[in-house]
Parts: sequence; structure tokens; C-alpha cells
Amino acid sequence: MENRKPVVELQNVKKSFDDKTILKNINLTIYNGEFLTLLGPSGCGKTTTLRIIAGFESADSGNVIINGERVNDIPPNKRGVHTVFQSYALFPHMTVYNNVAFGLKMHKVPKNEIKSRVTEVLRIVKLENFADRKPHQLSGGQQQRVALARALVNKPLVLLLDEPLSALDASLRKGMQKELKQLQRALGITFILVTHDQEEALSMSDRVVVMNEGVIEQTGTPKNVYEEPNSVFVAGFIGDINILNGEVLGLGDGGISARVEGRLCAIKTKKSLKIGDRFKLLLRPEDMRIEKLSENPETDGLMIGNVVLKTYKGATLDTLIRLQNGTQIKASEFFDEEYEDFDYNMDEKVSIGWVSGWEVVLPDEGA
Amino acid sequence: MKERNLFQIVTIGIIAIWLVIFALIPNIMVFAVSFMERSEESFIKAAFTFENYRAFFSSMYFSIFAASFKMAFITTLICLVIGYPFAFILARSGSRFKSLLALFVIIPYWTSALIRTYAIKVILTTNGLINTFLIKAGVISEPLNMLYTQGAVVLGLVYTLLPFMILPLYAAIDKLDTRYIEASQDLGASRLQTLAYVIIPITVPGIVAGCLLVFLPSLGLFYIPDILGGAKNILIGNLIRDQFLNSRNWPFGAAASNILTIVMAFMLFAYYKSVRAINRRVL
Repeated sequence: MENRKPVVELQNVKKSFDDKTILKNINLTIYNGEFLTLLGPSGCGKTTTLRIIAGFESADSGNVIINGERVNDIPPNKRGVHTVFQSYALFPHMTVYNNVAFGLKMHKVPKNEIKSRVTEVLRIVKLENFADRKPHQLSGGQQQRVALARALVNKPLVLLLDEPLSALDASLRKGMQKELKQLQRALGITFILVTHDQEEALSMSDRVVVMNEGVIEQTGTPKNVYEEPNSVFVAGFIGDINILNGEVLGLGDGGISARVEGRLCAIKTKKSLKIGDRFKLLLRPEDMRIEKLSENPETDGLMIGNVVLKTYKGATLDTLIRLQNGTQIKASEFFDEEYEDFDYNMDEKVSIGWVSGWEVVLPDEGA
Repeated sequence: MKERNLFQIVTIGIIAIWLVIFALIPNIMVFAVSFMERSEESFIKAAFTFENYRAFFSSMYFSIFAASFKMAFITTLICLVIGYPFAFILARSGSRFKSLLALFVIIPYWTSALIRTYAIKVILTTNGLINTFLIKAGVISEPLNMLYTQGAVVLGLVYTLLPFMILPLYAAIDKLDTRYIEASQDLGASRLQTLAYVIIPITVPGIVAGCLLVFLPSLGLFYIPDILGGAKNILIGNLIRDQFLNSRNWPFGAAASNILTIVMAFMLFAYYKSVRAINRRVL
């Protein structure tokens, strides 16, 4: 990735509306050909970041660089980027063909070239038979494709997608995620996608940028941000997480011994911690291991709790366990073939451990 | 369920009866009368004839008809040229006060239109406001002849009907999603191209609605040509009124009024066509 050419760079970009700071200090380099996702809750500044790249908003300070050129003062119609809008914004008075041809007409592309390029891109998005329809005669998924085609036909340097799938229903969304990803691979165009849906971000992107309150919290591959979140926010936003409180008791080789929720255990970590430091231990529900006390009374180093809720999810059995000190832990276990009808009784006493090495240690931020 | 049905039947029934008595029957009467003959004793004589329509398209009346159309057309055009930028700025100002500003457009119309028309007369007349000012200022030595001209009639019509142009345009432009404009820019269109290819076409229903609401009344507002146009500038509205009230030729007045109704029907048809074309409405 590093040896690739940067195509969009944001340097110290700040933005506020009416004294409300939206972007605090954004530094981000986006490389040619990658699929990058800006992920975060609503109001985190992800859409504003996208609009600054598109040129619909201007940064209060900092540089916006596209393809090596500072574009802060260049209007949207002269930038080599195109946007797929959240509500698609297809021109209601134009046919699909004219919607797609619009950009080319504005750029005074010769008529016969327009025809061949529009036909080609409509073929790519599988809408060649819908060229004469008006947008309101199309389904949501088809409108989405027209919006894509309308942007792609101009061969943009970067395609910006503002929550493009949020208006589609769940099953269609899954299909479109796959199609978008394949399309991006096939065309090799840089995609910058804005979404609040962590699953969408993880499944589609090469890199995920997690934003919160105008700040980039973490940038990394989907695997990286999921498995090694660098903050409680990122861990909590991307997937379910258990956050346990711990205290360092002793230092060892490549790890620490610690007290976690009242239990003594050894934890592997590269973080430099001192004896007496408090920390947060982050664990994914699927990394938790539960044993029935009735079957395995060995509880050395394990936490003890009662099952308070169980949810059958088809592939997994999700349980909520309350420890004696009141902390609640989410666990998600796969059914496996040998042990098909495993189940817990409500309020059953169980011991809880985790797969060693999958835990993430974060220094206590608060307190 | 049954009760609701009864409620629906009663309410819709009342509206239906109302429309039959006050809209359908009068219209049928006007339609019927337009094919009858004039009578000195009882206004109308029950004899079938096309004479009224034939008379209408005869040279004198038809020229009034044509002049009316020309006047209404000019009025509509001026209203559109003033109203569109006006409505655009109003709707797109992003101001917190834009609803209030829209209200200001209507406020003058709380005063009777007749009184406001007399006010225009006072401004335009030979020793009126404008002439007095210009003479005092030394710009002219002789008073300008402004009243009782076509220009005065058009001014009166534009002044009276401008809000009916602005309000539907305001509604259409206000509803216009900013994303269309952004999408247009995003695809490389300049401001002018965006206006020509995106904004105006999407607001066509507003334009047609506004033109409808200006064009039709300006054919019929007889008191404005009366007050500002004098005897020379008679319009079709005056013609109809005169037929009923002065000449007592009801059949002919009815025929003229039917022709107006038919024109209106065509224009409404054009409006619905334009709405269907882009699937949005403002009226």
C-alpha cells in the first residue's frame, strides 16, 4: 500500500459550522486504487470530510490535495472526483440515458462517444434495457445503479459514495455490497465510502478510517481495526465488545499478571505497563469461553457468573452472563457438530475464560 | 366500520351536493345559454343557435379576444421574468425568515385589489405622484401620459397578479433538493448550465402553475382595464361583463365565458402533462 501513489490528501483540515467544530484536525492520505471507508456514528464528521473532498464544503484551514494539486479553491465541477449521493439525486426529468450522459454533455464530449460510453457503463451496471426509463419508474436498487453509472461514466479519479446503500433493504444491500466491491476491483478506481454500518465497512474496504467527534480514531485494515482496536470507542463501535477492568499485579516475559474483575490471570501484551496500573481488557463475545460449573468445577483464573439471558441466533448461541460483582459479559458460541445440543439453563452458574492472546489491553483512559 | 362508511357518505355527499348546486349547475346553465338566442323581454329565448360563437369569432370581438391574449401573455411573461429570480432568492436564501418573507409577498393583498388599483391610478395620473415629482425635479416640463395606456393596464395586472406567480414558484424551488444542484455541479456543470438543464426543468410544474394563475385571471380582471386603461383598452373580461350587465346579451356573454373556460381547460391539461413528466406537483 505504501508504495502506491497518494491520490487524495487531507492535511490539517479543520471545519466548523456556526461555532460548532465538525472536523478538528484531519490528516488522511488515500492511495490510488484503494477502497477506503470512513466509518463513524452520525455527526462524527465523515460526511463533511467527503463533502470537502468533493468541493461542496470548503475547509476552514488546511490543505485538500487531489492528484498532487491543491484544490481548496477549485469548485466541484472542476475536480476529478464524482459523488454518488445518499438519495442518489437522479435528475427526475431525465431518462436513465440522459442522467448518465449528463456529465459527458457538460464536458462537451462528442455525441457518438457519449453514446458508446453511456451504453458501455449501462451494460456494466446491467441496466442497458432501462435506458429510456425515468428514475421514478425504477426500483431503489436500479436507481442506485444509475447513480453509480452516472458517476463512473466520467472515469473519475476518485468516486465518493455517501452512504449509498442506506436506502436499500437489507437483502438488496448485501448484494449491492458485493457488486460495489467487484466493480471497484474491476475498474481500479479509488472509492471513498461513507457509512455508519460497521459490517458494511469491514466487508467492503481495503482500509477503514474510524471517526468520532471530528477526529480520526484509527486507520487500518478491517482485520486490524477489528482485532486490535486502539480505543474503547473503536472497539465498541466495530462489533460487540466486553470491556473488563483490570489492574497490573506483576510484570513477566511478554506479558503481565493481573487481576481482572477479581480474578487472577496472565495476559499477553506488548503495552508497557507498570505494577499497579489500571487497564481495560477488551474481549470480543466470540472469544469468550464458557464452561458449566456442573461439568467442570475447575475455576482457576476464571470468572464465575450466572446466565441471565440467552439468545438463539441460528449459527451461534449468544448469552449474557452476570458476574458476581455485577459486570455483565456477552458471549457468542458457535454450535459445533460434536456438541450439537449444548444449551444453558437460565441462571445456571458458569465459569468464563477467553482464548489467550486474543485480548486487547488498553490503558485506562478515564479515572 | 359501518359508521365510518356512513360518515364518509354524508361528508362526501354534502361536498358533492355543494359542487353540483354551485359549480356544475351554473356551468351547465352558462353552457346551455350560450347556444340560445337573445330576447328583449326575458334575456334569453330557448332556441338553439351557434350564432353567439360565430359572432365571437367575428372580426371586432375576435380582435378584443386577441388583444386580451396578448395583454395576458405580456403580463405573464413579465411576472415570470420578475417572479422567478424573486422566488429563487426567497427560497434559496437559507434565511430563517424565509417563511416570513414569503408572507410579506402576500400582505399587500390584504387590502382590496380595487383600492390598490385606484392607488396606481393616483401614482400614474397626469398630476399624480410620478409626474409631479419629475416636473419638480426638472426632468420633464410636460407631464407624461401614462394613465389610460396599455402600459398602465399591464402594470396594474403585473402588480396585482405577481404573487400568484411567485408563490407556486417559491413552492417548487423550495422543494428542489439541493442535492440536484450539487449533483449537477459534481458532474461538471457550470452555474448557468445547472440553471438551464437542472433547476428550470425540475421547477417546470411551478412555472406552468404560476403562468396558469397569472394568465387566466389577467383575461378576466375587468376592473383593472376599466380604471387604468380607459375606454380604449377593453379586454375579454370587460366584454363578458358588459354583455351581461350593459348590453344584456346573456347568450353572447355565456359563449365568451365558455371560450375562456375551454382555454383554461387546455392550460390545466398542459400543467398536468408537465407534472406527470417529472412526477412532482406544486398545486
